[in-house]
Amino acid sequence: MTNEEIRDFIDKAIGENRVMLFMKGTPQQPACGFSARTAGALNALGVKFTALDILPDPRIREELSGLSGWPTIPQLFLDGELIGGADIVAEMYETGELAEKMGAEQPPEPEAAVAATTPEQKAPPMQLENRLS
Amino acid sequence: MPSSTELKQRIETTLTGSTAQVEDLTGGGNHFRAEVVSDHFAGLSRIEQHRLVYDVFGDEIGGPIHALSIKTSTPPGGDT
Repeated sequence: MTNEEIRDFIDKAIGENRVMLFMKGTPQQPACGFSARTAGALNALGVKFTALDILPDPRIREELSGLSGWPTIPQLFLDGELIGGADIVAEMYETGELAEKMGAEQPPEPEAAVAATTPEQKAPPMQLENRLS
Repeated sequence: MPSSTELKQRIETTLTGSTAQVEDLTGGGNHFRAEVVSDHFAGLSRIEQHRLVYDVFGDEIGGPIHALSIKTSTPPGGDT
């Protein structure tokens, strides 16, 4: 796959999926605490989303960051627009802003679901991240 | 290896007049959390605020600085 093909693929993924999450690992098996937290917030809201694991090829991250102008992973897009990374998504989740934007219902205990997988409590696996540096 | 003191100084130097609190989350000099209070954030969206902080470090984010968790705000009493 050429870099252009990767970029086109990412561009298409952002354009065709209403809620698109680029993350390390998968929602079932996140490979980083920040990615886990972000997928967790979406799951807590019951939002349907498409997730792409950026780890299999380092060029995915390079091309994605080139497109979005955002240096870190995860990156959440809604209707083709960058919403933010893990911190912004967590902040918006806590204020109820994320639920509002997604058209979802805020669960009764906003802290509980997200707090369970904060990176402070669960250190990301370094060996996976090192592949990208 | 970057230190939390170095990150703090660089944020405060680049975003003049800002106050930054930087914590090394793992103690390994690669996962940091920064809380930044700055007038520069006034009127900006969260994304734009976080970008200003990321821009201080450029390509080092994802390189030597594996992860930088950010919380931004404007000084109390200032315009938001």
